[in-house]
Amino acid sequence: MNSQATFQPPLDYDPYKLGSNRKQRGAGIGGGGHGHSGGEATGHGEGGPASPRVIVGYGFWIFLLSDIIMFSAFFAAYAVLDTRTANGPTGHDLFDLRRVAVETSCLLASSFTCGMSSVASDARSRLWTEVALLLTGLLGLAFLLLELQEFSDMIRQGAGPQRSAFLSAFFALVGCHGLHVFAGLLWLGTMMAQVWVKGFRPHIVHRLLCFNLFWHALDIIWVALFTVVYLIGSGS
Amino acid sequence: MLGKLTWDAIPWDQPIPLIAAALIGVLLLAVIGWVVVKGYVPYLWREWITSVDHKRIGVMYTLLGIVMLIRGFVDAIMMRAQQAVAFRSGGYLPPEHYDQIFSAHGTIMIFFGAMPFMIGLMNFVVPLQLGVRDVAFPTLNSVSFWLTASGALLVNLSLVVGEFARTGWLPYPPLSEVTYSPGVGPDYYVWAIQISGVGTLMSGINLVTTILKIRAPGMGYLRMPMFCWTSLCANLLIVAAFPILTATLAMLTLDRYLGFHFFTNTAGGNMMMFENLIWAWGHPEVYILLLPGLGVFSEVVSCFSGKPLFGYRSMVLATLWICLNGFMTWLHHFFTMGSGASVNAAFGISTSLISIATGVKVFNYIFTMFGGTIRYTTPMLWAIGFIVAFVIGGMTGVLLAVPPADFQLHNSMFLVAHFHNVIIGSVIFGAFAGLTFWFPKAFGFRLDEKWGQRAFWFSFAGLWLVFLPLYMAGLQGMTRRMQHYDVPEWRPWMILSAIGVVVMLGGVICQVTQLVVSIRNRDQLRDETGDPWNARSLEWSTPSPPPTFNFATMPNVENEEPYWQIKQRAMESQQLGDEPHYEPIHMPRNSPTGVITAFFATVTGFALIWAIWWLAIAGLVAAFATFVVFAWRDENEYEIPAEEVAHIDRHRRATRQAWLDANGDAIAKEVA
Repeated sequence: MNSQATFQPPLDYDPYKLGSNRKQRGAGIGGGGHGHSGGEATGHGEGGPASPRVIVGYGFWIFLLSDIIMFSAFFAAYAVLDTRTANGPTGHDLFDLRRVAVETSCLLASSFTCGMSSVASDARSRLWTEVALLLTGLLGLAFLLLELQEFSDMIRQGAGPQRSAFLSAFFALVGCHGLHVFAGLLWLGTMMAQVWVKGFRPHIVHRLLCFNLFWHALDIIWVALFTVVYLIGSGS
Repeated sequence: MLGKLTWDAIPWDQPIPLIAAALIGVLLLAVIGWVVVKGYVPYLWREWITSVDHKRIGVMYTLLGIVMLIRGFVDAIMMRAQQAVAFRSGGYLPPEHYDQIFSAHGTIMIFFGAMPFMIGLMNFVVPLQLGVRDVAFPTLNSVSFWLTASGALLVNLSLVVGEFARTGWLPYPPLSEVTYSPGVGPDYYVWAIQISGVGTLMSGINLVTTILKIRAPGMGYLRMPMFCWTSLCANLLIVAAFPILTATLAMLTLDRYLGFHFFTNTAGGNMMMFENLIWAWGHPEVYILLLPGLGVFSEVVSCFSGKPLFGYRSMVLATLWICLNGFMTWLHHFFTMGSGASVNAAFGISTSLISIATGVKVFNYIFTMFGGTIRYTTPMLWAIGFIVAFVIGGMTGVLLAVPPADFQLHNSMFLVAHFHNVIIGSVIFGAFAGLTFWFPKAFGFRLDEKWGQRAFWFSFAGLWLVFLPLYMAGLQGMTRRMQHYDVPEWRPWMILSAIGVVVMLGGVICQVTQLVVSIRNRDQLRDETGDPWNARSLEWSTPSPPPTFNFATMPNVENEEPYWQIKQRAMESQQLGDEPHYEPIHMPRNSPTGVITAFFATVTGFALIWAIWWLAIAGLVAAFATFVVFAWRDENEYEIPAEEVAHIDRHRRATRQAWLDANGDAIAKEVA
């Protein structure tokens, strides 16, 4: 039932139409792993399945988009509740912009080192990949510790999440980001172990790519959070 | 040590849940015992439980959906019976139990009946229709399924350990806050939905990536079968909507567990924010369920009318329009919130706009049938029944979309009748149409026609008998979720509706009989060719059931109906195309990651419900360890040698050639 032999091009044959480039796609193209041709196809339709690298990266992008939607729900809740302080402290009373500036620096610097790890793994340098990942992890840990310090300071002042709807939304939004950083650190640890023991196998390189995307996405969310929560909050 | 869990959690004083749980327990033990005694455990473990094959996972999803639909239907019978007898009396269900039943009915039907059924169909069919060998992330697919099963297990556990929520299928605060629902009911709801929601989200990511990135050569977007289009849109909606549900339920959980004030009456909480957030997920959810159903009908109507789908491109546009517009109507679930005339009018108009897209679809189905050679098989009957039910249910929906009318009908039985009319007519009929249509592809034999048609007629008659009276009661002012009432005018409608549910029960019995009879007569119903319906899309070019790798060589797609074209060419020339060159195929290895992760997720969920903190932490750590071990694996694929591929595919070609030889003369005459 395979069609390639009996096919005659019709008169209005258009070589640029989708699916017309038959010669490069003979019967044998399906030989690669579960439906992946492994070729240069981008998966835009005409060329057959995309390569595993494209598929993994694309799937992870979609996950990141869904994660950002989840954050947007927390942002929306924060926007609704940020004036509902129930006569308690406001952001202006609570936020210490200096500490937040240090936090932000740590996270932005960790994004830079994370980018360096991707450069190092492109060059297949195991040592420098590990060094860059380690720096990323340490900076992420510093960020997380500063955030925990901020949380515990606030709770000690009686400004915990139970105090008001504003503080509930604040702790949930910032805490959700912190939880993501924590998960990222766990992931980073397993990635370092994998690179150390197994080296740059294709699927490990794909995972490093995904980790990079994840870490940068957390940075982007932090930039929004820094603006919406801390800058606007401490100004009002 | 065991948190809030004590012996009192088991409702010793309530015979109904105890007996029901005992029955389910005995049934479950009997099935497990039978499997063990027959020695099927290794087979089940190897071929199904650890399988990462999209077809197997699709079948398991669908099976879960069927079992949960029956479970939810039992709740429906109990509710109709209660309202039929509870006129100026307490009925037979105490209020706290009745409240749990309507909550469990909605939760189970939507999250664990309809969703797994539809995801199962998409999982099974989409890669086959796209002409490829698997979904993008096969192991993730298995994890998704088992997490959904884990959620279903937790919901059903609440029947006998503790209680379920009494808050309706969407736990509106402040009722669901710890002040007014101090028990574990809402916690069961929250954790079951969170766990299965993660599974659904991953399934959505998986299918979106599959459809957008993994298609046979030549299959551009406008050559994808309609079912793939509707699946794409449904899964885009999953990816965009389920994170909102996760966030909303997380906020409710923080309120309940840690004393946050998102939705409380005190300290500045805003309960209407919950309704906005939950319906920002909830309305797209309606289309997540509906769209795959519409896709099934597109395939079924086109196949059994013997014509290509009418207006393919307008169908694609209408699907995309529903996908987009479905996100802009959520406020119509609470026009009575009081957001003012302008806001209500805007949402009323956006809601009405949806009906244009659905109208396009209905007309396209009718024009596909017009002038076609219609075969009234079971799937086709479900499709025609859908058109009738959907048009009537849709029109009552347009009524509800008008804010002044909605102020009268809000929260009434009219609303209940409307959404059951639409959801049963589209989602459930679509699920059954898809089941009977693709069953031969999955198992190699057709389902019994006679019992299938009986099931349709009982369900169709039952649908009207149950819900037309509810429309009337709603118009007479009856609100939903009443444990008892004392208005004599409503009573006849409630009795009629209870009679209707008995008719519907007839439909359920016919469905089960159909399965039993078909399995018993499977040799007479055997489908040798792989194409029992003379169908049009690529899944029918494979044998039934398809081999693990689906396609020995990847098909080359040249138009919207590639398989129809291949078939016509073969019939004209009276022979198949040349034998292709076979190459070895790499397939993903099976993995127990899914079932192990889900086991730990269930343990964690149960521990969180009952505040057993050490167990929750242990479960999380174990789930993380599972993930690390899985990531550590060295071999994730195995090779099927070219000779084996050739052997399997030559068998397929031989059966096709035999069919051609047997029917060749008749076709030649027809062509002449």
